Amino acid sequence: MHGKGSLSIWFFIGALLTAYGVLILGAGLYELASPPPFPAVLANLHASIWWGAVLLILGLIYFIRFYPKRK
Amino acid sequence: MLLPFALFLQAAPEKLLSLHPVDLVIIALYFAMVLGIGFYLKRYTKTGEDFFLAGRDMTAWVAGLSFVAANLGSLELMGWAGSAYQYGILATHWYWIGAIPAMLFLGLVMMPFYYISKTHSVPGYLKLRFGEPARAVSAVSFALMTVLMSGINMYSMALVLKIILGWDISLSIWISSLTVAAYVFLGGLLSAIFNEVLQFFLIWLGALVISILGLIEAGGWSGMVRRIHANFPDQDYTHLWRGLGDFTSNPMGIHWTGIVLGLGFVISFGYWTTDFLVVQRVLAARDLRSAKMAPIIGSAFKMAVPFIVILPGLLALAVLPEKLVGESMAGSGAHTYNEVLPLMLARYCGPGLLGLGITALIAGFMSGMAGNVSAFATVWTYDIYRALIRKTASDLHYVAMGRWCTVIGVLISIGTAYLVMQFLSIMDYVQALFATFIAPLFGTVILGMLWKRATPAGGFWGLLVGTGGSLAMWIWLRTDPAALNYIALSPHAKPMAEDMYRALWSWILCVAVTIVVSLLTKPKTHQELAGLVYGATEIPSEGHLPLYQRPVFWAGVVGLVFIVLNLIFW
Repeated sequence: MHGKGSLSIWFFIGALLTAYGVLILGAGLYELASPPPFPAVLANLHASIWWGAVLLILGLIYFIRFYPKRK
Repeated sequence: MLLPFALFLQAAPEKLLSLHPVDLVIIALYFAMVLGIGFYLKRYTKTGEDFFLAGRDMTAWVAGLSFVAANLGSLELMGWAGSAYQYGILATHWYWIGAIPAMLFLGLVMMPFYYISKTHSVPGYLKLRFGEPARAVSAVSFALMTVLMSGINMYSMALVLKIILGWDISLSIWISSLTVAAYVFLGGLLSAIFNEVLQFFLIWLGALVISILGLIEAGGWSGMVRRIHANFPDQDYTHLWRGLGDFTSNPMGIHWTGIVLGLGFVISFGYWTTDFLVVQRVLAARDLRSAKMAPIIGSAFKMAVPFIVILPGLLALAVLPEKLVGESMAGSGAHTYNEVLPLMLARYCGPGLLGLGITALIAGFMSGMAGNVSAFATVWTYDIYRALIRKTASDLHYVAMGRWCTVIGVLISIGTAYLVMQFLSIMDYVQALFATFIAPLFGTVILGMLWKRATPAGGFWGLLVGTGGSLAMWIWLRTDPAALNYIALSPHAKPMAEDMYRALWSWILCVAVTIVVSLLTKPKTHQELAGLVYGATEIPSEGHLPLYQRPVFWAGVVGLVFIVLNLIFW
């Protein structure tokens, strides 16, 4: 968008969503292994796991697709 | 929308949520990313065109998402979710009829004039069309309103963080505002736009999970409607238009004429087509087709926002075991309408998701604040400083002025935030001034673009009298309650209905004065109006483009979906 070699906004979004996906998926798996004493409503659906996975996949798609190409 | 929020903010109950270490890491990563983007983009903002208009190099998608994100402040997210709990699905009007037609009109009709005239700002367009006096009135009012609104936004965010998380108000104000100041100082509008697109994603991903889980718990849309009817048998919370035949037959106390003419026409068109905070994002588009497509892309996403803002409010009516109360009863121990979104967040989200949800709220506040600050920097530098104080200086000088006035704008906003703490009723005052300014400005701009006969004197006096008339109506309403019967056409009208009608009358006043004065004064020549007015401007044809690449085609698609949605939820 700003000349050769510059990073796209979609790359930044991909990087952040990937990191968030890893963190939220990890938190969900930890909660699965060690259930909290006062779980949220619908905790049995393990929203952190599937939402974390959605973020991770979405993030990786953007991250890889818009990763700056080497010259 | 700020008025009910003001009362909510007055009584801060104990904190609603507790964060885990993973949530704090998510929030910290967000701050690191927005600052990193600012530092990275500094190298691309060297000229005035780069700093104030992002090099006019944005694609339609980036400009369109930024256009919507600048409006999607967290105050708005929490406020409208609360309104959905209070008024039901009627709150959706502010996202559909109160936005979509105006955004499509901006893209198809008004954008060519803004873009072809190569103006840096909306006051800049008024200078080209009506001369320096009209620009001065609109630039000074806009700069003042922007800084005041930014400060109120900042204070509200800090107080919401205190209420939800128990964070210190001053710490929240300084950290968040200095972060915004840093990334806008470094990368100007380019940095603001990049971060707004990022914030747009975070807002959606943080809030959408609440709607999905809420619908699962309520048993889908039909299950939710059944539960609402069972919980509130005397109110109709689930129909958009059916109860608008009479002021007393809907929870908002408004008639359909107020929604269609006041909201759907004057306020909506005024905000979406003349408020420089949003129009600036579209002016940064790389070409005319992108500039036309950006508001159309934005309108498609705006139409979907009720699914993350209004739906959680409706779901709360269906699934929350407790009844929330009005802001006037804040402090009684019960939760208030405006706490709907945090309550739903706490209901469904465990560690990690909670951090994402809070990040979405912070991102919303920051995108709104950055929008205000970058628009203020542009209007101050080009329409006040360069026009009235120092007319001849180098481009580098104006860029430096823009950078420093970003910091100064943020510092003034912080001052305003502390002022609001002392005098909370100022929020009502500023909201009234904001509405006062937008409606007549729309009258001036639309006549300027579509009517060749409108003269500089007509534009100036129309804007001045329309703004003054609206202020006079506001004072009349505050000093004599009987005025409601004349201005809002009903003694039952609620504050929102009052605003709709006041905006309508001030627009009519502005248009009438502009027409009369224009007919009595000398018009500009055809040559002077080239590039500024319909009929005197050659707009490039799109006939060579395939249908699916033409803005008018996608505007038609969005318009069709808009009609279908209104019919479905009638």
